[in-house]
Amino acid sequence: MATNAYVEHAPGYVDNVGPKVVTSRFGDPESYKLERSEATGGYGALRAVLQMKPDEVHGQVRDAVLLGRGGAGFPAGVKWGFMPPVWPRYLVVNGDESEPGTYKDRLLMERDPHQLIEGCLITCYALGLNTCFLYVRGEMALAQERIAEALNDAYEAGYVGRNIMGTDVSIDVVLTWGAGAYIVGEETALIESLEGNRGMPRLKPPFFPAAKGLYMKPTIVNNVETLANLPWIMLNGPEAYKQFGSEKSPGTRMLAISGHVKRPGVYEVEQGKVTFRDLFYGDNYCQGIRDDNDLKMFIPGGGSAPWFFEDQLDLPLEAADVGAAGSMLGSGAIVVMDETTDAVRACLRVVRFFARESCGKCTPCREGTTWEEKILQRILDGHGRPEDIDLLLDIGSQISPGPYPVAAFEAAGETAVPFPPKQTTICPLGPSSVAPITSAIRRFRDEFEAKIQAPEEVPA
Amino acid sequence: MTSTEAVTGVPFTLNGKELEADSGELLIDAAERHGVHIPRFCYHPRMKPVGMCRMCLVEVDTGRGPALQPSCMLPVTPEMKVETESEATKEAQDGVLEFLLANHPLDCPVCDKGGECPLQDNAYAFGPGETRFVEEKRHYEKPIPISDLVHLDRERCILCDRCTRFASEVAGDSLIHFIDRGSQTQVNTFPDHPFASYFSGNTVQICPVGALTSAPYRFKARPWDLDAVESTAAVDTTGARVVLQSSQDKLVRVVGVDSDAVNWSWLSDKDRFSYGANNSPDRITEPQIGTGSSRTSARWGDALKHAARSLRGDANRIAAIGGSRMSLESQYAWSKLLKGVLGTDNVDAQLGDGLPAALVLGIDRATIAEACEPGGVIVLVGPDPKEEVPTLFLRLRHAIVEDGASLIELTPRATSLSNLADVRLAATPGTAGQVMAALADGRLDEEVGTVGSPELAKAHELLTSGRPVTMVFGRANLAESARYVADAVGGLRRLVPEARFLPALRRGNVHGALEMGLAPGFLPGGIRNRRTNFGRWPSTPEFEGKDTDNILRGCLNGEFDTVVLLGADPLGDFPDQKLAAEALASVDNIISVDSFLTESSNLADVILPAAMWGEYDGTFCNMERRLSPMRAKVTAPGRCRPDWMIAAELSLSVGPDLGFATLEELQNELSSSAGSFTDINWDEVSSADDGPILSTDRNWDLEFGDPADLPSGPGYGFRLIVDRKMWDMGTTTQQSDGLGGLAQTAAIRLAPADVQLMELAGNEVVTIDQGEFQVEVPFVSDPAVIPRTAWLPARLPGFDARRLVAAGRSITQVRLHLPDRDVAAGGSAGEKGGNNG
Amino acid sequence: MSRLSPDNVLLAKEIIGRYPRPKSALIPLLHLAQEQAGYVSNDAMEHIAELTGVTPAEVLGTCSFYEMFKREQVGKYMVNICTNISCQLNGGEELLHHAEETLGIRPGGTTDDGMFTLEDVECIAACTEAPCLQVNYRYEYRIDNDGFDKLIDDLRNGNRYDIPHHGTLARIRQHLDPERAAGIESPEVTGKPQWFADREPAPESEKETA
Ligand SMILES: Cc1cc2nc3c(=O)[nH]c(=O)nc-3n(C[C@H](O)[C@H](O)[C@H](O)COP(=O)(O)O)c2cc1C
Ligand code: SF4
Ligand code: FES
Repeated sequence: MATNAYVEHAPGYVDNVGPKVVTSRFGDPESYKLERSEATGGYGALRAVLQMKPDEVHGQVRDAVLLGRGGAGFPAGVKWGFMPPVWPRYLVVNGDESEPGTYKDRLLMERDPHQLIEGCLITCYALGLNTCFLYVRGEMALAQERIAEALNDAYEAGYVGRNIMGTDVSIDVVLTWGAGAYIVGEETALIESLEGNRGMPRLKPPFFPAAKGLYMKPTIVNNVETLANLPWIMLNGPEAYKQFGSEKSPGTRMLAISGHVKRPGVYEVEQGKVTFRDLFYGDNYCQGIRDDNDLKMFIPGGGSAPWFFEDQLDLPLEAADVGAAGSMLGSGAIVVMDETTDAVRACLRVVRFFARESCGKCTPCREGTTWEEKILQRILDGHGRPEDIDLLLDIGSQISPGPYPVAAFEAAGETAVPFPPKQTTICPLGPSSVAPITSAIRRFRDEFEAKIQAPEEVPA
Repeated sequence: MTSTEAVTGVPFTLNGKELEADSGELLIDAAERHGVHIPRFCYHPRMKPVGMCRMCLVEVDTGRGPALQPSCMLPVTPEMKVETESEATKEAQDGVLEFLLANHPLDCPVCDKGGECPLQDNAYAFGPGETRFVEEKRHYEKPIPISDLVHLDRERCILCDRCTRFASEVAGDSLIHFIDRGSQTQVNTFPDHPFASYFSGNTVQICPVGALTSAPYRFKARPWDLDAVESTAAVDTTGARVVLQSSQDKLVRVVGVDSDAVNWSWLSDKDRFSYGANNSPDRITEPQIGTGSSRTSARWGDALKHAARSLRGDANRIAAIGGSRMSLESQYAWSKLLKGVLGTDNVDAQLGDGLPAALVLGIDRATIAEACEPGGVIVLVGPDPKEEVPTLFLRLRHAIVEDGASLIELTPRATSLSNLADVRLAATPGTAGQVMAALADGRLDEEVGTVGSPELAKAHELLTSGRPVTMVFGRANLAESARYVADAVGGLRRLVPEARFLPALRRGNVHGALEMGLAPGFLPGGIRNRRTNFGRWPSTPEFEGKDTDNILRGCLNGEFDTVVLLGADPLGDFPDQKLAAEALASVDNIISVDSFLTESSNLADVILPAAMWGEYDGTFCNMERRLSPMRAKVTAPGRCRPDWMIAAELSLSVGPDLGFATLEELQNELSSSAGSFTDINWDEVSSADDGPILSTDRNWDLEFGDPADLPSGPGYGFRLIVDRKMWDMGTTTQQSDGLGGLAQTAAIRLAPADVQLMELAGNEVVTIDQGEFQVEVPFVSDPAVIPRTAWLPARLPGFDARRLVAAGRSITQVRLHLPDRDVAAGGSAGEKGGNNG
Repeated sequence: MSRLSPDNVLLAKEIIGRYPRPKSALIPLLHLAQEQAGYVSNDAMEHIAELTGVTPAEVLGTCSFYEMFKREQVGKYMVNICTNISCQLNGGEELLHHAEETLGIRPGGTTDDGMFTLEDVECIAACTEAPCLQVNYRYEYRIDNDGFDKLIDDLRNGNRYDIPHHGTLARIRQHLDPERAAGIESPEVTGKPQWFADREPAPESEKETA
């Protein structure tokens, strides 16, 4: 049925060939409605799960090796196992999608909210908890609407709330919206935000959410896409799931490929089976760089990821391989930049993002990222000084000390350091600003120098 | 984070040395204990660590290779290897400093903090030197006053979260907060809501830079000009430990000392800023003779002679009120003069707003630490601790919020701790004793007055759970007899015989005064009057004397010729203002030992100018009976003298020599005569970190009779509740720079239900009818108030509620009218209330 | 003015009831205030503080952390143009310049007629559809200068009924019927839900007694 074409009612989604775990209903314009969901097996997994022991459900998720889709790629089944036997405990759904280039959770929430709700219920059931908070990014009004409607319908139909499907199981799913803060996507900041506080991350350790999360009680935070996989897994079993993708990374991922490609879009792709080259140039995917230009660089996993270049095109889309090469697949956000791109300008744009979004808690992040932004802006404005380039690298190393992961500089005598880097901060946001700077300066130092060639007085 | 059961023996390596940490000890503290100071800004040992400034990063290897970790968040674990001097550590710390300095103004020369600024110190010790930051710095409007006492300079702020954490975590009033985000983050208040906290000065003390400064100290001195001495705050009975700082023989600042036993470094703003009264231009600095317009300055000799004249006659016609503000030594000297030389026992340090001396002296006393024991049960029968014993309030709050203590509150109106209470027994005036009796008898099924059965049951369960029980007791209501408090104490003793008691009395060194016999019926050392010889005293009183209430009544009846006011201002402090005024007006001779012309000392014939706190040496005795030094830091102005010296000289003018010429001689005499003081090692008092506790072996068989009956029904009126606020028209407050304006205008607080019944609205005023006179006061609807009661703090600008109090009655009732309506609302509301209830 | 309306107070109380602790409702209540007035006034923050039992400073602390909350009146339409990397690569910054010229305001500014406030925003999760923007958080994809001009005309002429005034996010709210709700547990409650305890594998030793 795959059309290998844009789907009009799901902006950005390309109905790609290949197995569909989470986007199977996207072809239907009414996929978000309860009737449509029910007609295509919606809540069937929940019905089956309610007949199982919670323990077995957890076991199956563990067997499926469902890797978290929020960025860190930690196996959900293992994370769930970290909860101490303490109640109450909570599930928090991370629908705060805001990493630059990332676009998938919103589609999942807008197009198939029931699939997500079912995933939440399966998780709650497996972990024996009765309250789930579904946190949707503030700027996503449609997703909020669709989930609200879906929840209202699901409550009425008896899928959520008291005595689910006539059983003694009772679980509430509460919808909450954010209000505009990227950092709230970080799980401990998300918890702070749910407590009504400023979304500032907590230090891990000691505050690992699984043990001390919401209200200092055990809390599982999972990404929307992670949970959206659960109905399929519970209906078809872990073995079937592991038929997709690679051994290390089973299943599929939703990838958003944006920037300078001919057919940017959101694709559901089997993990590890495709390379970046396939993705950028393949007919089923992006069909080449715009105007057939040369590739200059690409970001493999969101604004926080160190950049990749031509040399990494043949890496498979697989977290471990990408990590070993010195970057990350992160949130499935791939940004492609062609030869016409101004590396300094692109670098500034990503750095500015982190400077604006720093929560302000850690000195190095709060002060360092804004300093970086100011220097880069000055260079672009024609007031750069030769020493600014090394100063930028130095500031970077004060936020993220030690060798910074830079992809494939063997030629320069450097080996890629596996991601993630070291940090002087609480969370990885500050160090994320170092990714574009180090990537751009290492590779395109000449472009920086060119912008500085006629150093002017620093304006007072 | 005091850990009561510190287990030592966690081995770890610090810079190559094998050392041991306590279990659970944070690395930053363990290192400090072993002499390695790790720089820090956000960490404060009395608050929860947040790990946000990142200055304390050190390299730590827990077996998985060295990593930079904030030592303020990291408990030491066995075999941890820590490098505080390594290249990586140094680079990280340099980096953080460079970042902090990037946007920090370089105005150290004009900054109050210059010279004692951790940022400045760290910049010298760890910093990179030259700045590489050439961009424009962050700008804010220069210092903004965020309250009458505190100024905030946001450009200097390094966002360490200390002040804001203090406000929410320690003081429990989050009036300052982080606002905005990222590099725009600033500390500020809500618009037009000043930082009106009773504890605001602590934020100035813990600010690691000069972002928060106190209005009274701004630009007054530079740290290197300061002279300092440790002392004890004497404005309330907690006895917070402080450092007094002076410059050019003037007190300029008071800073909290981290006493583990008492105040954990915190101070109330009253502790901190009351030194301002020392510097007031209104101080009396010369002896005065005469009243009204004929009052003139005199020489000491003349004044003493004048005073001595009225002290000669019949000892029983002499009375003395006050003495709580003096040092223990001065209290002893005055006690000896009054009781031992003159022979009167009409001596009372409490001003009718305290508790029977026998009860206070004889009850099994708890320490603050015992009252705050983790997992304990605290019973509050007394004033709002935040208003009257604020540093104790902080400790109690911590015990409840952090250490799992439970609170049972038995007070006639909600307090600052009510929202943390496990059970609130809202007993209207006159009923606390009966409520406690019901608990002791196990009568839990029926309500007692306004207290319901479920609350009784819950309280009973907590009290009998076997957890340690401490009662904090004192006067919650000046318009209600002290009898009810004693009843409640008796009731609790019956229910929980091993319960301990911590008194929350008014007036700094009142416990010293009671211990020194400034109470009818007692001699120093808690010894009862009934003996003929005592130590080196010439004699002891023959008759048991009167307390303040009865002294004042006696004045009206012409029983007294002379009243000595020992720094006391009955007109300002005694609950029944009318009685106090009429009494003092009818006495022939009033001798006042004071530092200010108060309403009362203004009536005196002789005023002997006393040195104030900070101007004399001596000893303080706090609510735990803990002895700590009060020290002189500056010279007393003019011809002021320490109180004990005034007593000694006055004694000479009357006749015998008191027998001591120095403090040391006085202390030796005290040790040799007063029972519990024989063990006191005065060196220990002045040098120990926390000060020794006076050990008493009183084992008195305190008698508690049957509790007073419940007062009959609500009658036609409202039961009155009068108590004290921290800021009022009191002399110290009014004479201290910046504090006078903090007192809030008087208003009558009524339960929302009554407000509704009386159909009160908007900005109306209410007429309070006390029987003899009427007064109009604005009202406030306040859920803290129990229906059919009216709460009015005393001594506020606008109206002093003490005018309503009738000291003779066990509870005072008032009628309320609406001035612009004909109906006497008190009556009609009473009827409506009656129907409802 | 601009405390919460009586209807919204009822709604606020319902929302507070959904959370184990009242403070958790701060962000939803701030949204409610913004929906009512188009921005969050000081009065509204004080009102929210009363409803949730926190101080106004705490409400402000939370409110000011989140970009979407405006503490001053903004335009009826908030036009948020994304200039983050994917949009930048596809002309987002040029689109922003065009918008500045067309509306005659800089980012953060509001047109004199109070119709539009312009913002230069971070990634709004539509990167494949760059350049993109949101009007009151409703998306416009792959928009060029002409498309932008038409959008503004339509908004001015009242032709975009699909876009509510600033402050309104989702027009459908979750409704938690107390009859149907499982009931939110307070963090003080300990003990696992009965249904879970019943389904747990009994430990070997307890199998008999159970
Ligand atoms: C700065 C930062 C931003 C993040 N943003 C998101 C986000 O928007 N959505 C998300 O699901 N996870 C985000 N994460 C990851 C979360 O912290 C967390 O790991 C994730 O929600 C866990 O879900 P998963 O295990 O299902 O992947 C972010 C992490 C960091 C450090
Ligand atoms: S690294 Fe930045 S965003 Fe993360 S906690 Fe620190 S200041 Fe906040
Ligand atoms: S002192 Fe440890 S992070 Fe600030």
